[in-house]
Amino acid sequence: MSATLASGAASAPIERAARSHVADRGFTVLTGVCALLIVAMVAVLLGDVVWFGAPSVTWEFLSTAPRLGMTAGGIFPALFGTAALVVLMVVALVPFGVAAAVYLNEYARPDAAFTKAVRFSVNNLAGVPSIVYGLFGLGFFVQFVGRSLDRGLGLDVTWGQPALIWAALTLALLNLPVVIVTTEEALRAVPGEMREASLALGATRWQTVRHVLLPQAMPGVLTGAILSIARGAGEVAPILFTGAAYFLPYLPHSPADQFMELGYHVFVLATQSPDVEATRPLLYGTVLVLLLLTFSLNLAAILLRARLRARLSGRS
Amino acid sequence: MSAAGVPSVASRDARDRPALRPSPGRQLVRRWRERGIEAVLGIAAAGAVAGLLLILVFVFREALPVLFDPKVRGEAGLRAFLSTPVWQPVGDVPKYGIAPLLGGTFKVVVVAMLFATPLAVLAALFASEFATPRARETLKPAIEMLAGIPSVVLGFFALMVQASWLQALTGSSMRLNALNAGIALGLGVIPVIFTVCEDAMRAVPRSYREASLALGASRAQTAWHVTLPAAGAGVSAGVLLGLARAVGETMIVLMASGNAAIVSGSVFDSARTLSASIAAELAEVVVGSPHWAALFFLGALLFTVTFTLNVIAGAFVGRLRKRLAGG
Repeated sequence: MSATLASGAASAPIERAARSHVADRGFTVLTGVCALLIVAMVAVLLGDVVWFGAPSVTWEFLSTAPRLGMTAGGIFPALFGTAALVVLMVVALVPFGVAAAVYLNEYARPDAAFTKAVRFSVNNLAGVPSIVYGLFGLGFFVQFVGRSLDRGLGLDVTWGQPALIWAALTLALLNLPVVIVTTEEALRAVPGEMREASLALGATRWQTVRHVLLPQAMPGVLTGAILSIARGAGEVAPILFTGAAYFLPYLPHSPADQFMELGYHVFVLATQSPDVEATRPLLYGTVLVLLLLTFSLNLAAILLRARLRARLSGRS
Repeated sequence: MSAAGVPSVASRDARDRPALRPSPGRQLVRRWRERGIEAVLGIAAAGAVAGLLLILVFVFREALPVLFDPKVRGEAGLRAFLSTPVWQPVGDVPKYGIAPLLGGTFKVVVVAMLFATPLAVLAALFASEFATPRARETLKPAIEMLAGIPSVVLGFFALMVQASWLQALTGSSMRLNALNAGIALGLGVIPVIFTVCEDAMRAVPRSYREASLALGASRAQTAWHVTLPAAGAGVSAGVLLGLARAVGETMIVLMASGNAAIVSGSVFDSARTLSASIAAELAEVVVGSPHWAALFFLGALLFTVTFTLNVIAGAFVGRLRKRLAGG
């Protein structure tokens, strides 16, 4: 900018302008290179996983249990455990999260202290490190709730130990902000006239929520649920002490059982294997399956959200 | 919580009263049902507050013996934390010096932030200022994919592949070290910083850019001198959120850093972080032992640091919103 203001020799401004033009180009290119580097790193990582993982992923791999000290066989128990984990999590999480979002968006006064406290908590829950969720799950669910249950029911150690249910509830709390935020976004996108029309027809506030708003916001709720599953399936730190097991010779058959999980299985294969070379194909296969799972879930959520947004922008 | 907006219901009912009124009895039932439902929804919302408080209470409760229980304090109290440079909780004479853990965390996080911040901020600037639509359509899904990669997979990649590459490149004697963990951690942090920065940059009004261009500034000058400062609060928020994530992230560093608790300033040495110590040790610890309390204390420390960073970042976001709305 100052180049044009500079006086002096007649050629100086032109030289300066040329120099600053080069600097401009350089800066633009630099930002582009940064973007390219990020894309390249993602591509290299995914390429490596697909290239070395694809040969391992066979039907047998998906449908059988690990054998020979986890140097052979498949990952079926980990798939099953992951599925059980996220199902339990979603059942606990979605009604809770949707109810909270409905309250925040439809009932709460924005400037009330309670509303502010809830919003503050939601924001900060999202920032708590996942390992702290693990500590919390162990201290609260396993040690406190579980032990109290055992004492109250007069049982031996049944609930007071790491278990599927405690891992699922820990993940549910971790994902609560995801569901609340996406549901709220969907509710906000419902035009005000629809609320007014419903209320004008004599519907109560709850009838409006139940029959007008929630059906409209359904894709948003679904998006939140899918995103939370994608995240829940990949988080390892929160389940380290709340229920995941290295290896189990049987599938969990009650919420009080421990379970194997895909992400944790990746960790175990990568760090605890007695024979790294023998484990490598299995490890790569497990990583590929985990990535395919989380990516397809994330993709579904992105498409769903894009459709929701397109529908809403088409209307306005 | 009783503050579930109850007082306002009566006045809302009056405003929303339909033209055809049901009988007074049914109206009463209806009103009470509405109130009940509102209370239930309010309780669900209070669940978020309760969740955060429970985390606070139950992590700190297990950590408190470090400060107050004489039996624990002797072995793993604050003095023990600070008086020795050795973290060796399992052994005949357990040692709980947290210096190597703090140093390790610092080292890995600094590498991660030095790696991730310029890349993410400049890439965000590229996406919001210079990119053709097609370039943006490549960059943004790539970032979204990166954000969707579970941290255990980033840790796996750093452990199995990246570590060997880096060792070949730097010739370091330790294959797993702070540099390796820091770069992998940086990969995990890039999407956080990028997303917040790009949102902030796109929120800068077009009129700012147009004014700058009309004054004769080039697009690069506009990006650097106008957009970036205008989005400054958002960029700060993004970097702080990234920092919070880096400090708390566990699986990547657990797998990629080598986990040796040594005091060293070199990034080519192995490092053990706070989060990785918890993850690696807690499973084998006796409930209520000094070691147990010490690990929960580390957790409480992590919670406090990340919470503070998040609150500051939230304040930056609020300021950005106000500023752009006012401008």
